[in-house]
Amino acid sequence: MVEWSDQERSIITSIFASLDYEDIGPKALSRCLIVYPWTQRYFGGFGNLYNAEAIKTNPMIGAHGIKVLHGLDRAVKNMDDIKNTYAELSVMHSEKLHIDPDNFRLLADCLTIVIAAKMGTAFTADIQAAFQKFLSVVVNALGRQYH
Amino acid sequence: MSLNQTDKERVKAFWSKVAGRADAIGAESLARLIVVYPQTKTYFAHWKDVSPNSPNVKKHGKTVMGGVADAVTKIDDLKGGLLSLSELHAFTLRVDPANFKLLTHCILVVLAAQFPADFTPEVHVAMDKFLAAVARALAEKYR
Repeated sequence: MVEWSDQERSIITSIFASLDYEDIGPKALSRCLIVYPWTQRYFGGFGNLYNAEAIKTNPMIGAHGIKVLHGLDRAVKNMDDIKNTYAELSVMHSEKLHIDPDNFRLLADCLTIVIAAKMGTAFTADIQAAFQKFLSVVVNALGRQYH
Repeated sequence: MSLNQTDKERVKAFWSKVAGRADAIGAESLARLIVVYPQTKTYFAHWKDVSPNSPNVKKHGKTVMGGVADAVTKIDDLKGGLLSLSELHAFTLRVDPANFKLLTHCILVVLAAQFPADFTPEVHVAMDKFLAAVARALAEKYR
């Protein structure tokens, strides 16, 4: 089981409590598709992904970014058992979506960078460390049921 | 995934905006590396003070970022231009190349936090490719 200090819990809940999902979700997903273009392979039915501008303004990608970001809510509410909380989601990502689990890490890195841009210098090293730890646990849990 | 002309132009243009703060960016990036990825402290066991605000970290961050600044000027031939740095990393420092990715990520986080308007997704991909190319050049002589 992952051990969380009180400070880490408070950092994570505080980030998500003040998170603007409608802003951050689309930015994180579109950044991932631009910075790591091979991730576009999972979005064949999402319309125009022809260039960065198209991706940034694509409403389907925007909506999906919000959905994915809200997917983290259950982890925030169940920090002491993220592994089991995401067991079903992991199976779905493996058997239905067929997503290479390495992509979870790429999206997590983009999310970190988008939040750093939003928070500026308020995104301290300690906050980055707690957030990195949280995302690593989530990424790990989502890849766990692959076989 | 080599650098094309657009990447190079984006890197040079963005770098000219941030170069004035290179020392602080370097110090901040290295501080974050050791806080977010504590295993990287193993490379600094010879320092008495490995805390993120220590003078050692500030000075070394400046040194590392100086290397990145130099790499920007040699962007058309990183392998040739960074030859002596490559030998240093291969034979003396022997930093596991996996750590270059971790430091790259920390540098990108600092750039995003300090230049949110300029660090667009297009600049992000160019900088990520550039730092990956620098890492490859540094690891050139490892084996």
